[in-house]
Amino acid sequence: MTASALATAPRRALPGVLMIGLAVLGIVVISALVGIWFTPYDPTAFAVRSRLASPSLLHLFGTDEFGRDVLSRVLAGGHLSLAIGFGAMLVSLVLGVPLGLLAAFHRGVVQEVIMRAVDLLISLPPILLGLLILAVTPPNLIKTILAVGLVYVPILVRLSRAVALGLLEEDFVQAAVARGEGAVAILWHEILPNAWPPIIVECGLRVTFAILLGSALSFLGLGPQPPSSEWGLMIAEGREFLTQAPWVGLMPGLCLCVLLVSVNLVGEGLRECLDPHLSGRSRG
Amino acid sequence: MPGYLLRRILGMLGVLLGMSVLIFATVHILPGNVAHTMLGEYATPAAIAVLEAKLGLNDPLPLQYWRWLHSMLRGDLGTSLVMSRPAGPVILDALGRSAILAGLAFVLVAGGGIALGIHTATHQGRLSDKILTLGQFVFIAIPEFFWAILGIVLFASWLHLLPATGYAPLGEDGVLRWLSHLVLPVLVLSFGLVAHVSRLTRSSMIEVLRSRYVLAARAKGLTERRVLWFHALPNALLPAITILAIDLGLLIGGIVVVEKVFAYPGLGRLLVFAIEHHDLPLLQAGMMVVTAIYALANLAADLGYAALNPRIRVGGAAT
Repeated sequence: MTASALATAPRRALPGVLMIGLAVLGIVVISALVGIWFTPYDPTAFAVRSRLASPSLLHLFGTDEFGRDVLSRVLAGGHLSLAIGFGAMLVSLVLGVPLGLLAAFHRGVVQEVIMRAVDLLISLPPILLGLLILAVTPPNLIKTILAVGLVYVPILVRLSRAVALGLLEEDFVQAAVARGEGAVAILWHEILPNAWPPIIVECGLRVTFAILLGSALSFLGLGPQPPSSEWGLMIAEGREFLTQAPWVGLMPGLCLCVLLVSVNLVGEGLRECLDPHLSGRSRG
Repeated sequence: MPGYLLRRILGMLGVLLGMSVLIFATVHILPGNVAHTMLGEYATPAAIAVLEAKLGLNDPLPLQYWRWLHSMLRGDLGTSLVMSRPAGPVILDALGRSAILAGLAFVLVAGGGIALGIHTATHQGRLSDKILTLGQFVFIAIPEFFWAILGIVLFASWLHLLPATGYAPLGEDGVLRWLSHLVLPVLVLSFGLVAHVSRLTRSSMIEVLRSRYVLAARAKGLTERRVLWFHALPNALLPAITILAIDLGLLIGGIVVVEKVFAYPGLGRLLVFAIEHHDLPLLQAGMMVVTAIYALANLAADLGYAALNPRIRVGGAAT
């Protein structure tokens, strides 16, 4: 999708932030994928003799309180942090866009119900909605993805509704209505193909916040559970050894920062490519 | 204006009522038996039955909801199961300490963010603008808990300048000790939000500086300083008010995390405590209090926006 988006954008050199962001993000994604199958050490193997060893050539990121190699654990857990951020975005896309289009197309009761539910969800601070969903039942990866995804559904509903409302006035949509095409066909064939650039831009910018929220929930113990090595969870575990062995918490923290900054650069770069106005829209 | 105010307040009450249903429903309908969770894995069926009767869990849910709502409206927030104390005073204590944190951070975010935004907007393309803009990309994306552990490692473990965690009451240990416990949490809370606010102030300021009335003001021969402070700034600040309201949501999220990291006894840590110990009455009450504060803040932001923006004040068209 990215490639075709860039092709339709006005002829302009790709923004530097996008290239840098994509390169760094690519490295992070590849290492996280490789890390599922291959790590220098077994990420779960205890080694009592080398507990809390400082970073060295043998253990580049040092070892944790059980002597597990921190680099291996970071590699093995990377895909979880990625899955939370991008999975959540996918959840809110799949739920939010159809609801938004529906609300734009069916004025009246359907729109009222959808938009009032959106008003309600948006009036809860993001982290509280996440906490509320994860509080009562034992947390796991899928629930974290769903909780973070649900937080961003209202924003996508509002955005896709606003975009669709604008498009519904256009002649080619009116023509389709006059031809007597069904609602689904019009939404799918006429509106969606023209609505996605602003939606993609929004998603690109939101992924950063989705990863941030996901790792924060995971940091609070409401994400994947030990012994998994999601980065937010690793940082929380490393917190107890900050004085003796700061690398246990700082190394996954640094990796998370690299991931987040690269995702943010890609999001900003995408916006520069696709959004000609470059107005400072609200984000949060 | 009175009509607008009334509509906004009614809307807020509606949202709060809806929120109370949502919070109650999530806590009570989600899979997971409350009494079972409270008593642990090895609870006997008899013990569970006793507890359920004690909590009134056998009554129909609407009745339970009504009871909860009714006592809440009378100012009774319920009783914390774990602490066996009324939830109201516990929450109020924690809220006071969180408010100190949030208030200081908010002042820093509003002041620092707007100042940096104006600076970068008026120095477009200069070195300081480029560095600060690049910094914004980085600072927006870095989570509070990373700054927090970095701050603890640097200032507490290595330099021994500041305490790593905890809280010192103002009265007992003196102002300096009280402040020393606030420095790191407040700074950590503010970093990302300063970047956010300054970024948006910059773009709205640039937009305003390009507008015709600023051109007219300059053409009249006013000094650049006068144009900037008396003509451009008031309009450029309008979006900043909305942004600050949005950022309050992020600030609440940040507070939960920061209080956890620094073991700061505020409302955020209380919520996490309630979740960890399955203290559902405390959790419900705490969630309701935070939601109400957030709703009030949003209302205040809307009203502030309307008061400053004649188009909304007169037309009343914005919803």
